[in-house]
Amino acid sequence: MIQVKKLVKRFGLKTILRGLDFSVAQGEFVALLGPNGAGKTTFLRILASLSRPSLGDVSIAGHRLPHEAAQVRAKLGVVSHMPLLYPDLTAEENLQFYARMYGIEEMDARITEVLDLVGLEHRRKDLVRAFSRGMQQRLAIGRAVIHNPEVMLFDEPYTGLDQDASEMLDEVLRSVAAKGRTVVMTSHDLVRAEELATRFDILSRGVIVASAAQKDLQNTNLLAFYKQALAD
Amino acid sequence: MQPRPVGLKILDVVSIAVLAISAYLALVFAPTEAVMGDVQRVFYFHIGTAWVGLLGFIVAAIAGIAYLVSKNMMWDRFEVAAVEVSAVFFFITIALGSIWARPVWNTWWTWDPRLTTAAITELIYIAYFMLRQGIDEPEKRARFGAVYTLLGGISAPITFMVIRLFRTIHPVVIGAANGDQAKMNMDGDMKIAFFFALFAFTVIFADLIWHRLRLGALEEKVEALKLNSSM
Amino acid sequence: MNKDKNETQNAEGRMKNSAENIHPSSFIVHHSPHPSLLKATFAIVRKDLAAEFRSFELVSAMLVFSLLVIIIFNFALELDIKVREAANAGILWTTFAFAGTLGLNRSMSVEKDRGCMDGLLLAPVDRSAIYFGKALSNLAFMIVVEAIVIPVYSMLYNVNLFRLDLLAVILLGSIGYAAVGTLLAAMSVQTRMREVLLPILLFPVAIPVLLAAVKCSSGLLAGDAFSEILTPFNLLLVYDVIFIAIAFMTFDFVVEE
Repeated sequence: MIQVKKLVKRFGLKTILRGLDFSVAQGEFVALLGPNGAGKTTFLRILASLSRPSLGDVSIAGHRLPHEAAQVRAKLGVVSHMPLLYPDLTAEENLQFYARMYGIEEMDARITEVLDLVGLEHRRKDLVRAFSRGMQQRLAIGRAVIHNPEVMLFDEPYTGLDQDASEMLDEVLRSVAAKGRTVVMTSHDLVRAEELATRFDILSRGVIVASAAQKDLQNTNLLAFYKQALAD
Repeated sequence: MQPRPVGLKILDVVSIAVLAISAYLALVFAPTEAVMGDVQRVFYFHIGTAWVGLLGFIVAAIAGIAYLVSKNMMWDRFEVAAVEVSAVFFFITIALGSIWARPVWNTWWTWDPRLTTAAITELIYIAYFMLRQGIDEPEKRARFGAVYTLLGGISAPITFMVIRLFRTIHPVVIGAANGDQAKMNMDGDMKIAFFFALFAFTVIFADLIWHRLRLGALEEKVEALKLNSSM
Repeated sequence: MNKDKNETQNAEGRMKNSAENIHPSSFIVHHSPHPSLLKATFAIVRKDLAAEFRSFELVSAMLVFSLLVIIIFNFALELDIKVREAANAGILWTTFAFAGTLGLNRSMSVEKDRGCMDGLLLAPVDRSAIYFGKALSNLAFMIVVEAIVIPVYSMLYNVNLFRLDLLAVILLGSIGYAAVGTLLAAMSVQTRMREVLLPILLFPVAIPVLLAAVKCSSGLLAGDAFSEILTPFNLLLVYDVIFIAIAFMTFDFVVEE
């Protein structure tokens, strides 16, 4: 579903990604782990078509970036640590806006479905301004799935959430991932990642240094694996 | 630091020579203007620097377009060099113009189209540098800079046309003047001094751009060294 | 606090139910993957106007600011009847220009601050839809403010500004200003100086449109026939066309990474 070969990203003279190889099969839930400054967010922004690769090949759902960005965008749902919502609009109006931007027909039915999915149907007519951080983040997920994307990208979705809100987000993320979607999530929260993901890739200094499937980790825990990968 | 290439060394010498010759032509060789007197001699350098200022503006806009198309950072360095050099020359133009205007028009400054356009162009240059200063990431800086030189390059001639609707007293040297506007008649020797000044400043312009490009390359090296030592 | 917690727990219950109830097949969404340029543009305008209609933050700030500028001019220039007749057009356009930067800044920061710009860029629409959408909303805000300032100004100074030709000039001037302003605001919000930088970038390149508009307006207010202001009017048109085209072509370079 996602194919990345020898990806290099430079900002001026700084090289953030150094020949990164990465591939994800359909239905996988990959957690991208690594220390701050490893290039996780930069990498995710390139996958999201928000940033152009300096060198290398990136293709998502059979379309190459950056040339076929429009086709990729139609199949991509992105949740970042910022909600990408307008505080002066209601939950419904926010979703209506994004539904229009994705050319969705039968908008009302779809919005009801999405609000149900993220558990915010009862707050449909409320201003996003009045939402708690956790509710905003759930609505942000609703926004990201409005066009039923095949591939989802989460960039540190738990930033700024308390325990309750994080648990609810787990539920939503699980149900979003359960539809056969392909998911890539960056996180520095190993506990959350361990619960959700089916595969763990460790990113350090611009390359993937280690990768392990969940079933291969039965005996060791994720933290040990993570530390081992970064120590090498 | 790499030694200056031979071509640049030669150009340096030529620049100094043509500047000296141009000064001689303007100050000694050219006859004294009948009405304005010796102060008119300022005009040769005034035109020379103004021409270069304009040339730099056009070069910068073209370099900007070239950058946006090719994304080659060399064009960005070229654009910065052109804007920087022509900003300095434009400032000299305005200063020389004021020196000339004081005895002739009896004022340091008037809101004439050419003067006003020159002042606004200088402000566009300053805005350009402030814009670049506010951006850390080199590619973004180059992109925004290119877009802005393009906007500036196109708005400046329209500014000139608009301001001309509000009257002018600036002498028209080349091209058709509208009847009653002040005209400056040049005899043969004046023309020699005039065209040589244009030539001399074009050479100096090329020389300074070359130096500035080398400086730009050095700046990049310094940045790279800083980056390496911090890692 | 407690109430909040109950709220989230209720929501959680509901959410779990619904997540189980939805069958995967119900996730087939009918959509044309790429909405047309026009539809996307109007979606953005509609969103901006709806948000503004709720808070009136932007328009009211622009409006109060405009009135303050007019009051300051009144005393700063000692506007007696003679000075005023010559200065009306200049005062109006200065006011519109200053109030305009206020609106441009605000409308772009809204997109930048909460990452909404990324949301726009993630949509499968052409970048020019984002430019045209934002430019049209900015123009709409300017027109709303002008529609209030003009009658107030007419009343305060007893000058009739409600003339079709004058309104056409004001519209054309505002179009040019919003066209360049939207592009430059998209640039300035991405720099370290942010709001401060916009007027510095915008005024020098917007001078032609402002001066041409002043020239047209003062001519019309002095009772000139339309044929007499044709030259500045044409320059106004030329500026609008050229700068909309350039902004349209370069907007990509301003938002891409």
